[in-house]
Amino acid sequence: MDTVVSPIRLFDASEPHRFARAVSDLRDGFGHWRLAVALAWGDIKQRYRGSVLGPFWVTLTTAAMVVALGFFYSFILKVEPGTYFPWLAISLILWAIIGQAITEGADCFISSEGVIRQISLPFTVHVLRCVLRNLLVAAHNLPLVFVVMFLFDISPGLAGLAFFGGLLLLVINAFWVAFFLGIICARFRDISPIIGSLMQLIFFVTPIIWLPEQLGDRITWLSLNPFNAIMETMRAPLLGRPIVMEVWLQALGYTAVLWGLGLGFFTRFRGRIAFWV
Amino acid sequence: MPRIEARDLTIEFPLYHHNARSLKKRLFAGATRRVKQDSESRVVVAALSDLNFTIGKGERVALVGSNGAGKTTLLRAIAGIYEPVAGRLLVEGEIGSLIDPGAGMNPLLTGRENIVLRGLYRGLTERDGRAMADEIAEFSGLGEFIDLPIRGYSAGMNVRLSFAMATAIAPEILLMDEWFLAGDANFMAKAEDRLTRLVTGADILIIATHSMDIVRKWCTRAIKLDAGRIVADGPLDEVLGGENVSVASDSSPLR
Repeated sequence: MDTVVSPIRLFDASEPHRFARAVSDLRDGFGHWRLAVALAWGDIKQRYRGSVLGPFWVTLTTAAMVVALGFFYSFILKVEPGTYFPWLAISLILWAIIGQAITEGADCFISSEGVIRQISLPFTVHVLRCVLRNLLVAAHNLPLVFVVMFLFDISPGLAGLAFFGGLLLLVINAFWVAFFLGIICARFRDISPIIGSLMQLIFFVTPIIWLPEQLGDRITWLSLNPFNAIMETMRAPLLGRPIVMEVWLQALGYTAVLWGLGLGFFTRFRGRIAFWV
Repeated sequence: MPRIEARDLTIEFPLYHHNARSLKKRLFAGATRRVKQDSESRVVVAALSDLNFTIGKGERVALVGSNGAGKTTLLRAIAGIYEPVAGRLLVEGEIGSLIDPGAGMNPLLTGRENIVLRGLYRGLTERDGRAMADEIAEFSGLGEFIDLPIRGYSAGMNVRLSFAMATAIAPEILLMDEWFLAGDANFMAKAEDRLTRLVTGADILIIATHSMDIVRKWCTRAIKLDAGRIVADGPLDEVLGGENVSVASDSSPLR
């Protein structure tokens, strides 16, 4: 552990160099990836301690919801169950991942309060911990995706690989949304419950239990929904639906905006987080 | 070369999550100086105001002052947890901080797993962490408890584990809060050697304490804080002499 050159840390309030500090925080944060992985695992263990099924409760809940809603809404919406079931199943699973990325991302700094105030660490570690934890939980729903694809005989072929592109976009978004919302929620404690109710609202205006085609002429309005764009980049390949360039461009655009917001907020307020949590 | 330099170092805590208006009325009615409004009329607590000091290699500094004087805040600022709102702080050297013994521990993990986790916090790999684990387990004297989840530990066992972990690596700059005095007498006797080695091995020691025994034993310089300002800084006798002689000869850690 003997270092030949001592590390130097200079902070001058008159020259804060905020952007350079944010970038080096990101770099050091990724350098601590081992810690982030260990903490994410620890969180999962802690959350499901003593539970027999553990995270597979999530899988079970989703499966139950798919079956119940599937019968009910395919009847109400008069959609053929063979088309509706896989659509609903994949959409619900993807929505669960997106919803969790947002609600937990919003709390990423608040929930690490104890560590932030005691140990000097790159803030990026707390964000990475949150993203990795959500990925681990999401992985428990993956078997369900394969079951659905098998039962309904969907084989997207090579085009299915586009799913991983969409997943990458989702991970990037989950990362920056945690910075963006995490900072806002650390400062204003009312925001986090608001996000919860907002996500419920968004659930209903995003094509999950209904199909985009049912919008008729108004389908163009869907491009205003960033959640739909991100979701569709993963959903279309899995369901064997056509992969539309426009959707990808929207998804990339929204990702760029969120990236900018996240990095912007992090650059401006990084030094304040320790005082806010 | 390890050194710490503070120029007009100022740290203020915003008070957001209170009813700011009624708080303002109450506070400004009295003569409190530490709670004030900043330029954007937020209510803030001036935790540290305009500190100026330089600590060079080989110095062993005691931070003294009453509760709430700003000792721990200063330790945290040096550790890099709080960024100054004004002024300049230069820290050269690898820091080891013994500020909170339980920080970063996961109660569901075993003692050994927590040792590895602590290693990860310090930027080590799992392998390095496991290599340290045996020595730490041995020193902590926890026996077979080291492989049980620490939520089943007694308070004393927790302190022993924390102490063993915290003192396993000798840093260049050692920041210490006085919690490490909380072990049982038997263990502290055993810990003494190790602590002495750690303290003398560090290039710079900064220790926040009320215990004059500790100060006399390890420190060469004292910085006395009061209400977030430095009121005295210099060799031990100069700072602690005069009216504080009675305290210095009194062996009770808390006055």
